[in-house]
Amino acid sequence: MKTTTLNIAAVLVGSMLIVSCGNLGDSQRNGALNSSIAEKVYVAPGERDEQYGFLSGGYSGNLTVYGLPTGRMFKEIPVFSQFPTSGYGYSEETKPMLNTSFGFVPWDDLHHPDISQTNGELDGRWIFANGNNTPRIARINLSTFETEEIIEVPNSAGNHSSSFITENTEYVVAGTRFAVPVPQRDMPINEYKGNFKGALTFISVEPEHGHLDIKFQLLMPGFNYDLSHPGRDKSHGWFFFSTYNTEEASTLLEVNASQNDKDFIAAVNWKKIEEFVNNGGGTTVPTKYAHNVYDEATHMATSTIKTEVLTVDPSDVPGAVYLLPTPKSPHGCDVDPTGQYIIGSGKLSADLTVHSFDKMLTAIEQEKFDGEAYGIPILKFEDVMAGQVKSGGLGPLHTEFDGRGNAYTTFFISSEVVKWKLGTWEVVDRQPTFYSVGHLMIPGGNSRKPHGKYLVAMNKITKDRYLPTGPEMEHSAQIYDISGEKMQLLYDFPTHGEPHYAAGCDAELLVENSKKIYRLDENKHPYGINNPSEAKVERNGKDVHVYMSTIRSHFTPDNIEGIKVGDKVYFHITNHEQDFDVPHGFAMIGQGTSEILVMPGQTKTSLWEPKAVGVWPFYCTDFCSALHQEMQGYVRVSPANANVELSWSVGD
Amino acid sequence: MKNASILMIIGSVLVLGLFIFPMWNIRLGAPQYPDPLGIDIYINGLKGQNEFDLQNIDGLNHYIGMKTLPKPEDMWEFTVFPIVAVIMSVLGIGIGLLGLYKKASPNWFLVWFILMSVLGVLGVYDFNLWLVDYGTDLDPNAIMKLVNPDGTPMKYNPPLFGHKKLLNFDAYSYPRTGGILLWIGMMCTLAAFWMGKRSTKPENH
Repeated sequence: MKTTTLNIAAVLVGSMLIVSCGNLGDSQRNGALNSSIAEKVYVAPGERDEQYGFLSGGYSGNLTVYGLPTGRMFKEIPVFSQFPTSGYGYSEETKPMLNTSFGFVPWDDLHHPDISQTNGELDGRWIFANGNNTPRIARINLSTFETEEIIEVPNSAGNHSSSFITENTEYVVAGTRFAVPVPQRDMPINEYKGNFKGALTFISVEPEHGHLDIKFQLLMPGFNYDLSHPGRDKSHGWFFFSTYNTEEASTLLEVNASQNDKDFIAAVNWKKIEEFVNNGGGTTVPTKYAHNVYDEATHMATSTIKTEVLTVDPSDVPGAVYLLPTPKSPHGCDVDPTGQYIIGSGKLSADLTVHSFDKMLTAIEQEKFDGEAYGIPILKFEDVMAGQVKSGGLGPLHTEFDGRGNAYTTFFISSEVVKWKLGTWEVVDRQPTFYSVGHLMIPGGNSRKPHGKYLVAMNKITKDRYLPTGPEMEHSAQIYDISGEKMQLLYDFPTHGEPHYAAGCDAELLVENSKKIYRLDENKHPYGINNPSEAKVERNGKDVHVYMSTIRSHFTPDNIEGIKVGDKVYFHITNHEQDFDVPHGFAMIGQGTSEILVMPGQTKTSLWEPKAVGVWPFYCTDFCSALHQEMQGYVRVSPANANVELSWSVGD
Repeated sequence: MKNASILMIIGSVLVLGLFIFPMWNIRLGAPQYPDPLGIDIYINGLKGQNEFDLQNIDGLNHYIGMKTLPKPEDMWEFTVFPIVAVIMSVLGIGIGLLGLYKKASPNWFLVWFILMSVLGVLGVYDFNLWLVDYGTDLDPNAIMKLVNPDGTPMKYNPPLFGHKKLLNFDAYSYPRTGGILLWIGMMCTLAAFWMGKRSTKPENH
């Protein structure tokens, strides 16, 4: 009888809950709804994320790898910055990666990663990224998640409208933010107008190994080129660049570059220019830029300085470049998955301008021009515009797509993401971001086939989102579920550095190809050794080469004598493990460089210049095994004029 | 008798599966080895289940002072067993052919089966001796010297058959394709004897 009463009570309470749930509006989401959101981002221990997100690190110079939807960070890939964690940019093998025509530049500002494509779909072979400060483009291998190649971009300054790729990875494109004298020369700054140039650089990607080579540089008028995107599908063969400062001001740009009601999106028919240069067109000019290539077999990078580049004057290739008037200093310049619409986000405006590729072609065919700029025809705004999105937001920056006919635009000033429909231009939904969102990312968003499930908004301002960490803090990102009609905020996570842009893909695209070890039998490092018995120490004048082996849990050799003050000691460490996730590290006391972390099968070199006599220790920096703490050794350093014989040993 | 003889030949041929497939497998899994390490035992040597498993097992075993896993030249078994297997297979096929031409009675099938069984048992006995030696003959200077609660040195021999816990590892020892084919082959020859016996009974003529 008692249980019956209880059951009735439970039913009553239950039905009251249901009623009260029904009474709550969308705006008053209660605990039950929140827990269903939690389930959407919960990935149980041992389970793995659905998608990869590659977020640029901005001023960290590196690229960070995240899982979606959890926002867990898996790796920071060193690209343009020295990275003590692995020794990138410190080890003898990787120092050449950061060589430039200015010498060794240990840092850059990494902005816009883009994943390689085949037929307009992500193929997961490489990811490209641009260095904004000292113009460079990097190629990162997505089987090793390591930077394999960096090419400097000459005649460019502020490599910002980069590093976007065409839909078969024919080119990675790098546009200059600053117009500069080409070639560089001593001239008054106020003679900028009409004299400075804006170089748009098309770097070919060799299909098998991905090697980069500058095919040509298009020397455009001295505007500032902000962002760019490739045409795709029907518009494949074209590339679109947003511009600002078409006023060509050199000072107080925040005012002087905001005067024109409309700037331009430059439409470049690169196939036409490619044909032109293949037929011998263009002018080869002297310049200087570095091309750095890392070889996975030798585990070494080499840097080559190149001394000339092929330039093209757009007026020499009629019909190759047109200017599309676009309101108010457009930032984002995004192309929808069909290739039909080019969306310009006039960042000082409330509205988005959408250009139609078809209308552009018709206007070009009918030669309906509205004057020209430096010989480049300007199309009429009304003739190319497909529509405007009356967003109701402020400060539109960047648009991506879900592949279902919807577009999503970030609004920096009004801190929100706005969802709207391609074709009808109507706003469907808007969600706040926290705070001041820059770019957003939908995995596969920059391709013919976006994977429209999650949207990551990358914000510029963090303020109170997390526990305070003093004046400086990491930026915040939000992830939204965009599978339904309304966007749903799922989760909020801090990001590393300043993500300016991101690329993402389904996990399956990369998981199977991700390497676990480097094979020792493929190690072609000139100072690598095949097994610990080949360990040795060689002296060549002041240079001492230590061919050292590491395997759990000892160095071979671990006692070295006969080193002298003033020597340059190169520790060439080969990790003889062939087991997944067993790196060994190496660090020497007082070494003016970083440790190195050596992956199984890899050889890396650490340079040590002993300054004082003594017996100096080194140890393994990676907790490799139960006997990691015992993985250590000594180097005896004698005076420069000593007669101590070079000797080495282990276990004696 | 014809069918019985064919079955005898098939059974004897299946013994040769030992030259294609591993006969036994020992797998070692631990939390930090979500993809277990494995040893495939072939009639003529050991092979890693994954390419570098033998090297990685040796690497782990050096902590507890176990010898490195034997190369084919380190154990006479890897030379003798293949010869024995070929002889037995050829012998079985020969008996089967003789049976086919009614030159051998089914009793020979049983003789072959018994001989093969004795050899098999000896092989398993020898395998177990090796496992025990491998797991107990430890380097006195081993990095880790572990003892059982009663103070006796810990033994690391994997199980002959089934599961055993070895420190942080779960060891599993089971026959693989080659061994299973051998067993099926032997069952075939036993069945051949039985069938042959039935068909040669006078009332069946």
